[in-house]
Amino acid sequence: MARQISKKPASKTANTVVSARIAAQSHFRTLRLGTPFQPRIDALARTQDWYNWAGYHAPHSLWDEELEYFAIRSQAALFDISPMTKYRIEGPDAEALLNRVTLRDVAKLRPGRVHYTAWCDDEGFVLDDGTLFRLSPTRFRLCSQERHLPWLLDSAIGFDVTVEEETEAVAGLALQGPTSFAVLRDAGFAGVEKLKVFDLADFPHDGGSVTISRTGFTGDLGYELFVSADKALSLWDRLMIAGELRGIRAIGYTALNRARLEAGLIVANADFTTAEHAIRADRPRMPDEIGLGFMIDLKKGHFNGRRAILEARVKRKLRHVLVGLEIEGNIPAEHAIVYYKKSREVGLVSAAMWSPMAKRNIAIASLERPFGDTIVEDLWVEIYAMRELQYQKLMKRAKVVARPFIKLDRRTANPPADF
Amino acid sequence: MKVWDAIIIGGGHNGLVNACYLQRAGLDVLVVEKNDWVGGAATSRELAPGFLYSNCSYVCSLFRPEIMRDLELPRFGLQVIAYEGGAVFTRDGDYLANYRDHDAHRREFARFSKRDAEAYDRYARDVTRQCRFIQPLLMRTAPDPTSLRPRDLGELLYLGKKFAGLSAEEMALTLRFWTMSISEFLDEYFETDVIKANFALSGIIGTALGPMSPGTAYVLLHHYMGEVDGSVGAWGYARGGMGAVTKALAASFKASGGTIRTGAEVDHVLVGRGKARGVVLAGGEEVYCKLVVSNADVKRTFLKLVEEKELPDIFLRRVRNFKIRGSSGKVNIALDSLPEFPALPKDSPVYRGDMHFTDSVERMERAYDDWKAGRWSADPFLDMVIPTTLDPTMAPPGKHFMSCFVQYAPPKVNGREWTDADRDGFAESVIAQIADYSPGFRDRIVHMEVRTPREIEAEVGLTEGNIFQGELTFDQLLFNRPVPGYAQYRSPVGGLYICGSSTHPGGGVMGAPGRNAAADILRDLAKSTSHMSPAHDVI
Repeated sequence: MARQISKKPASKTANTVVSARIAAQSHFRTLRLGTPFQPRIDALARTQDWYNWAGYHAPHSLWDEELEYFAIRSQAALFDISPMTKYRIEGPDAEALLNRVTLRDVAKLRPGRVHYTAWCDDEGFVLDDGTLFRLSPTRFRLCSQERHLPWLLDSAIGFDVTVEEETEAVAGLALQGPTSFAVLRDAGFAGVEKLKVFDLADFPHDGGSVTISRTGFTGDLGYELFVSADKALSLWDRLMIAGELRGIRAIGYTALNRARLEAGLIVANADFTTAEHAIRADRPRMPDEIGLGFMIDLKKGHFNGRRAILEARVKRKLRHVLVGLEIEGNIPAEHAIVYYKKSREVGLVSAAMWSPMAKRNIAIASLERPFGDTIVEDLWVEIYAMRELQYQKLMKRAKVVARPFIKLDRRTANPPADF
Repeated sequence: MKVWDAIIIGGGHNGLVNACYLQRAGLDVLVVEKNDWVGGAATSRELAPGFLYSNCSYVCSLFRPEIMRDLELPRFGLQVIAYEGGAVFTRDGDYLANYRDHDAHRREFARFSKRDAEAYDRYARDVTRQCRFIQPLLMRTAPDPTSLRPRDLGELLYLGKKFAGLSAEEMALTLRFWTMSISEFLDEYFETDVIKANFALSGIIGTALGPMSPGTAYVLLHHYMGEVDGSVGAWGYARGGMGAVTKALAASFKASGGTIRTGAEVDHVLVGRGKARGVVLAGGEEVYCKLVVSNADVKRTFLKLVEEKELPDIFLRRVRNFKIRGSSGKVNIALDSLPEFPALPKDSPVYRGDMHFTDSVERMERAYDDWKAGRWSADPFLDMVIPTTLDPTMAPPGKHFMSCFVQYAPPKVNGREWTDADRDGFAESVIAQIADYSPGFRDRIVHMEVRTPREIEAEVGLTEGNIFQGELTFDQLLFNRPVPGYAQYRSPVGGLYICGSSTHPGGGVMGAPGRNAAADILRDLAKSTSHMSPAHDVI
């Protein structure tokens, strides 16, 4: 017999799940959320130059994007990374799950360590790159650009593990630059000098704790701090006060983006298209095609995409390669087409700038193999520089160079120097 | 004795699009329309003082921008106002809204399921990929796979190349998409009932299938291929109701020298020596022409307007068996004030979008069960809009016009014809559902137009009141629409063409069938089609 379905709506119900859901309705009035640091950032936002970072309004710049860049390289720059997607992955099988999902061997990632990794779909195409924090033997935090909850949950079937999205609950700050260590020490985070690159540890803060890792996206000495959202403002204030004499400055993304390019780091959906967002079938990339081949650990057992990646390597089906370029002159080659012998189109520049640290014109480009792979001579970029409503078309020689474009000893020095 | 170059039977949007293109090619074209107004299923009539109704179709998205441009419809008054989104009301006193902003959309879904909220990107990617495959086919005549003519071979090759251009994974998905049910398709992405119901509705609108019937995934795709002035996937209200589309078409047609005769019902097509020679109007008047184009559906055209003896048996049998089943009705309501929905915040944009009350796929399927049993749904599925929230021209100030598309309504009730009492019972099922979510709703009603399949067939001429002039199932698409061998707008009778939604690419206020038919007719006449824009590139 057919089950009877009540078709009438209930009056506003007392059910707590439903009332919590109803209480969240009003989000439609605020399309861009503020982060837990918003009151502080708003107070400093003299340019009012915002962009949309995953549904949050984040600053392109706060007062001067050039000077903000120099804060990264000569002082200490504070950048709000709260909008970054964060997942907590916890349980006896957390390591096994992450070994199954990501490219690197998670068994080699000790508690208290972080590594940069990436993960692929079954075709071996990169879904995203991100950082994996091992907070304890059974607890991890995965930080990424895009969102992956269905992928993680579906992958977790059969593993004794919980996966929870905690983007809103956890606030994050990047403190980057030569004086960043001194700022943390002066702020009273005792023992922070013991952190080597990719180490993490918990430190007491405001009746709770803050997780500090010696990581970052600038290629400089720097740290990332994660704290529960309710302790965000007190953490901000603690750093700003301690950093006052060390030149601490809040910065926006434009400055950070320059630093990351000098460091040769790539950004998902800027330097490559993530598999879940690629509408055109030829756009997704394998790790070997975007410079992430070094992560692939074929010895660790099965992981998502392994078979496809292996097959592509064996059958030489890898069609692209991501390279660093050094371009003559000083005109940035942003989104320029790359040519072989000035005539054959072989690729595209995805990010470019004149680097103040390297004193060179640098770029990240994706090329069609064998160009950039075995053929690296006679490469050119065509730069369309718009100058007062005229394109100055420049054909400049490009040289394939290793990334990072700059290597700063202070990033890895132990103990970190007291600037 | 006047002999027109072409007579178009029926002044619906496809008939008018066809007429416009033929007239602009230099033909002397007459449109004959049985009603005293043009528009077919895209009309706006004032049935209560000061209230313009969108009597049948009620929202606009699919209409091809290339046609708007060619026929200068903006110059002749067409303006489409995009709206924000909509909502499904849930029985627990909440709702699930669709917002245009990507992040607001995700947050809204996350209220119900964080997982489903993050599954949307993959869903959107896959649906977009399928749309990009289909979209370029809309504005092309489907190839005849049995023909060796260079053009058919070329089109087949195009189709084959497009298909071959897909990855193995996409090819599999395409075949699944064209054949599977919308319910099963959504199960691959989402786990929450109301979220699935929210998407499933696009898979059942206008079709005599339930969300669990194979083939409904494609119907969803059909509804996703539109845009409003370049805003892809958006839906909007034609300012002045959907009649504004055909009003602009009629004005464009007349401006280029075309002639429209309203109140002129065609009794049958005059056929002599296997060729169409004109039409005989209901009063007996004969009007002559060199070719006849029927905007009526394939059944009405070949089973009512053409004598059986003029048509081959196999063709007739296939036309009789063409699936064109009545499945929906319409309740159009004039309201003396804006209805309130306590579940919705007063400033919610949902008031300006489409609203629904069916919060699970199972309820949709059960509504379909009633249809199968020959009854209208006791708990119907409604697609409800209040266009006057964005278009002040359709009602007096402060008052509103509400359009309710209702599913399911069978072509016959328990095997017999609809009666007035049935019609009232059908209307009551709709009003009762709205009133459950909107207290005091009944008191706001000023006037109501209730259209069951009986009224739609009688007034608009759509067989069984089927809004697509035939189901959009895979067996009735591309070179099989309407019937194999006659998918290129031609018929067994020389000089008799069809240009309605029964033909490729199907229903909706799209205009593509009318345009494609015009292109084929002009090719037969060896006339230029240089006034017809090719389909926009999909890159």
